[in-house]
Amino acid sequence: MPASTETDASTNKFLRGKYAICGIGETSYRRGSEESTRNLATWAVGNAMKDAGMKATDIDGMLSYSGNDSTFSPLIANDLGIRLNFYMDVHGGGSSTEALIGIAIGVIEAGMCNTVAIFRAMNGYSQVRIGGTGARSATPIIGDQIHHRAYGWQSAGQMFAPTFLRHMYDYGTTPEQVAAVKVAHSKHASNNPKAYYKKRYTVEDVVQSRIICKPLHLLDCCVETDNATCIIVTRLDRARDCPHPPAVIQSVVGRCSKPRGDIHLHYQTGPISTVAGHYAKNILFRNAGVGPEDIDVTGSYDAFTFTTMLQLEDYGFCKKGEGGAYVSSGAIELGGSRPNNTSGGHLCEGYTHGMNMVIENTRQLRHDVDDSCPTDKNGKKQHTYTYAEGGCRQVRNAELTANLGWAHPGTGSAMIMAKDTR
Amino acid sequence: MPIQVEYMGMMLTVEDVDRENREFFGFCAKGEFRLQRGSESGLLRYPPTTACPWTGDREYEWALVEGKGTIHSYGEIHHPIQPAFKTKVPYMTLVVDLDTQKGQPTEHEALRIGGNLVTTSGDFAPPEIIRQVGIGTRVKMLFNNIADDFALPQWTVDTEAEQPEKPWRYPEDEQEQLKDENY
Repeated sequence: MPASTETDASTNKFLRGKYAICGIGETSYRRGSEESTRNLATWAVGNAMKDAGMKATDIDGMLSYSGNDSTFSPLIANDLGIRLNFYMDVHGGGSSTEALIGIAIGVIEAGMCNTVAIFRAMNGYSQVRIGGTGARSATPIIGDQIHHRAYGWQSAGQMFAPTFLRHMYDYGTTPEQVAAVKVAHSKHASNNPKAYYKKRYTVEDVVQSRIICKPLHLLDCCVETDNATCIIVTRLDRARDCPHPPAVIQSVVGRCSKPRGDIHLHYQTGPISTVAGHYAKNILFRNAGVGPEDIDVTGSYDAFTFTTMLQLEDYGFCKKGEGGAYVSSGAIELGGSRPNNTSGGHLCEGYTHGMNMVIENTRQLRHDVDDSCPTDKNGKKQHTYTYAEGGCRQVRNAELTANLGWAHPGTGSAMIMAKDTR
Repeated sequence: MPIQVEYMGMMLTVEDVDRENREFFGFCAKGEFRLQRGSESGLLRYPPTTACPWTGDREYEWALVEGKGTIHSYGEIHHPIQPAFKTKVPYMTLVVDLDTQKGQPTEHEALRIGGNLVTTSGDFAPPEIIRQVGIGTRVKMLFNNIADDFALPQWTVDTEAEQPEKPWRYPEDEQEQLKDENY
C-alpha cells in the first residue's frame, strides 16, 4: 500500500498523543563500572520507577535490546519484584530506542500489558567495547561477514566511512563543518554535571586530532562508556498521574530502511550519501501532523559527528546537501534556533545506543533539565537560560522534540514528542 | 566439510549450508569473478543472496563478470580494530562501481563491490600508492588465493585504464604526508 495514504495521520488513527514517557532513569556514565550489566539495569529501571512514582506492581511489561552484551528482562523484573505480562529482549543497537517505544505502544494497545519499562544496560567500555576492539573483533568470521570483516572492515566507523566520504564528494561538505557537531555537543555537555566528557572543544581540536578512519578524527567519534538507561511508556491518562509532566508521543518510526540493504549496509542502491531518514521522515512528520520547522529540539544520533549531520539533512531540517552548513551555523547549539543533543549525546555525555537522547528530550519537555541551575523548594530547576560553561542547558520554550535514531546509514528510527497540552 | 581457512591470523568459515557464499568463493579460487544472475530479472546481484532483490526469484545462474570498475567511495583506515590489521595501516577499504550493470536497473543502482586496495602482487598498497587513489580511480580485480577452495577478491589500480587526472581524495593529505615523514 502506498505510504502516502497508509501513513496519513489526519484521522489520528496512529495513536498520536495517546501515549507518553512517564519515567526516565540512568546510572552514572563512566568507564569501569565494576558492576554487571544486570546490576546496572536494576539501578536504571529502579531509578525510572522512582522518577515515575511507580511501584513494582505498576509495571507489567519490559523490553530491552543488546548485541549479546547484556542482561535479560526477566532477571531485572525478578530482581525488582515485577511480575511481567509481557517482555521481549531484542537484538539491536542504535535505532532500537524509538523502535521499542513503538513496540511498547503496540503491545499496550493490543491489551497485552499496561506499562512497559524499556532498558539498555551495557559495559561498552569495560566489557564489550562499542568501538569494536577486544571481544567484538575476536569473534569468528563466518559466511556473509567475510565480505567485510576479512577486509579489516568491521567497526561502525569503518563501516560508515564510505557514506561519509561520499557526502563530502557529492556536496563539498568539509571536515571543519562537521566538526561543529562536536563543538556544539561538547558545549552542551559542559553544562551537564553527569557527562563523561565535560570539556568544551573547538573545530581546531577536532580536525587536529588523529585520524581514526578517514574522514573520522578521534574527536569525530563517540565515547565508550559503561551505563544503563531506562524509559517507561504508558497511556497518557495514566502518565498524567505520575509526578512529572508527561512527554507525549506524537509519532514513532522503527528501523525504517533504505531499499536493498546488504552485508555492507546500503551500497547497492545510491545515492549512498542519502540515509534512511530520507524514507523515515515521511512517516515521522505525517503521523505527528507537524513539519521539521515546528521542532524546537532535536536528538540526532551522534555515534559520529557525521551521523548527526546526515540525519538532520535527510529529515529535512535543512536542504539536501546543506547539512555541513546547517550544523556549522550555530543552529544546533544551545541558544541557536534548534539545539541538538543538549545533554552532550554520545559524543560527550555517554554511549547508550540512543537512550540518553530520548531521556534528554523528555527532560527538555518537562522543563526540568538536570543542569547546574538552582532548584526551588520543590526540587524543580530555576533555569537561567544563559548557556555559559557550567550553567544552564534548558531550552526556553521546548514544546516539540524530534529524536532521530541511527542503526547505520541504511536503517534509522525516529520519534516526535510534545509537551503535554493539559 | 565447511570451508575453513586462516587468513592473516583470522579464521574464515563458510558453512556447508551457505551454498551461495561457498560457490562464490569457490569460483574466486578458480580465478573467476562470478555473480548470480536472476533467471526472471536477468539482473546480476552482489553480494551473494538467496533470492533476487528485484523479483524474489530463487533461480539463478553464476555469470562470469569482468572485474573492472571505478572507486565510488572508500575508507582509509589509520587505527586498526582487528589485530590482524595492525601492521597494515593505513589501508583502504573500497566500494567499487563495476562497469557491468552500472546505473541499472535504476540510475543510482550499481554492483558495488568491496575489497582492499592492493598492489599488483597482492600486497596491501603502501602509502605512496594510497595517496594517488580516490573516488574516480579505475581499478581491476585480482584474487588473493588462500586455499584450494577459497580466494578473496581484491582491487588494484588498473594501469592500463585511462585514469582521472586527480581522483577525489579526503582533503588533508599534505599535512598527513608531513606527519608520516616526521615519524
